[in-house]
Amino acid sequence: MDFKRLTPYRTPATHRVGDQPLTRALIIGAVLAATLFVLIAPLAIIFIEAFSAGWRTYVANLSDPTTQHAIFLTVLTALLVVPVNITFGIAAAWAVTRFRFPGKNLLITLIEIPFSVSPIIAGVAYLFVYGAQGLFGPLLDQLGVKIMFALPAIFLASMFVTAPFVARELIPLMQVQGADDEEAAISLGASGLRMFLSVTLPNIKWALLYGAILCNARVMGEFGAVSVVSGNIRGVTNTLPLQIELLYNDYNAAGAFAAATVLASLAVVTILVRLAVERFDDSRAEAKKRARPGH
Amino acid sequence: MAVFSPFMKRRVLPGFPLALGITLAYAGVIILLPLTALVLKAFDIGWTQYWNIITSPRTLAAFRVTFLCAAVATAFNAVYGLALAWVLARYEFPGKRLLDALVDVPFALPTAVAGLALAALFARNGWFGAPLESIGITVIFTPLGIAVAMAFTSIPFVVRQVQPVLEDIAPDVEEVAVTLGASDIRIFRSVIFPAILPAYLAGCALAFSRAIGEFGAIIFIAGNLPNYSEIVALLTFIRLEEYDYPAAAAIAATLLFSAFVLLTVVNLLQAWHLRYVGRGD
Repeated sequence: MDFKRLTPYRTPATHRVGDQPLTRALIIGAVLAATLFVLIAPLAIIFIEAFSAGWRTYVANLSDPTTQHAIFLTVLTALLVVPVNITFGIAAAWAVTRFRFPGKNLLITLIEIPFSVSPIIAGVAYLFVYGAQGLFGPLLDQLGVKIMFALPAIFLASMFVTAPFVARELIPLMQVQGADDEEAAISLGASGLRMFLSVTLPNIKWALLYGAILCNARVMGEFGAVSVVSGNIRGVTNTLPLQIELLYNDYNAAGAFAAATVLASLAVVTILVRLAVERFDDSRAEAKKRARPGH
Repeated sequence: MAVFSPFMKRRVLPGFPLALGITLAYAGVIILLPLTALVLKAFDIGWTQYWNIITSPRTLAAFRVTFLCAAVATAFNAVYGLALAWVLARYEFPGKRLLDALVDVPFALPTAVAGLALAALFARNGWFGAPLESIGITVIFTPLGIAVAMAFTSIPFVVRQVQPVLEDIAPDVEEVAVTLGASDIRIFRSVIFPAILPAYLAGCALAFSRAIGEFGAIIFIAGNLPNYSEIVALLTFIRLEEYDYPAAAAIAATLLFSAFVLLTVVNLLQAWHLRYVGRGD
């Protein structure tokens, strides 16, 4: 090639699409303005409406016995479902990321199905298992066990809708981490429990916490599935989201908004925990990157 | 690679039977069993009755309004979600972390709370409802309200699918395009957009799927008038309350089928995306 004919080549200043100050300001401004309407206003109006009649009314609305019972039932459901989901999530992630077996991808798909299924479908499906018309309905009736329109149905439906939450956080992480650390622990003579507590758990703790927090938010907030299976019995099988609908339909808007502040605060806490977890997780990932270059 | 049975891998790590046992038991009892029961129930009805239920005017109207509103909601998210992902992936500005966190509000906020908030915002005398009313647009108790609730609850999907892909685009690709004399719009169209397209479409499909299944947020704002603003999920619920179990099973099974179709679409798009990424390496 004849190099002399080439014009001198100048390296361009780093240029990226949309980096001109005006474009940048316009795009960021437009998105922030839209976000104010789309994401911030709905969150703000709940608290503003709840306190519009004053602090005292708010407290009175929250201390209504059926609302109190709804809060109790919602917390109880979360206390039961979240630990079960954590156990399932760890077991699923362990089986899927550490071993090879036929049907693995099918299993992963099955675990993720509740994400793409309407909660109403989940509720209907449970009715066809445990309801009077369902697969086990006659048998349960004979045994005198009541699952539908009672607390067990609320727990089961909540387990369905949250099934993927912890597993989905753990599987990609444990895939990336690989099994080297755990294999080393075992070959050095650690027991399975010891390996899990000293190697696996520290490696996955942030993802596990994040998955559990998301699972908790979903359990406490689940509406569709629980509304089908609970029977909506006031003061008995009414969870907090159902109570909100009940109060709203009773034209008790102030009561509905007061109950909604409890769940909205939960959402805010969930998001704050996420922010905190990400900060910790980032620093941990950075530390790892620096400690083991090329890994 | 040598041919060996999937079970032949030397297993140093313990706990396989226990972990797989727990996983299969849970997935079987909690997920597979109810869905199987639903499908069995739907098959029980027989084809003719199924067809009659699905093609009844009220059911058809519910499907029409659900899919139309989901399409409108997805169109909104295709624009807003892409803009949000772009801003989060490409720019540094104060409050960016907060904006990033806010994207998760629709997932963290229970749907009943979202529905209550949207109904208050879009009420005829609400913050958004009053100004819209003065220009002749009514959102509450109309299909537009359904679209609003669907759009809100599915905001994170497009953002969270597109954002990481945008972050991964190497600056030098764009620089090459600049040295070749391409304008910003041209670069976006021919370099950036093709790279994010699979993830973008997957995000849109996920948002659409969520919109079709949404229930809690919608019933607060939709007014739920049969043949006008009644969504499929609510119709299923109403049939159950009327003890019309065949109809509930038929409609729910159809909804389940459409969810599976969308899930397959998403998986194909993700496979396409992975191929795209693989080719770049």
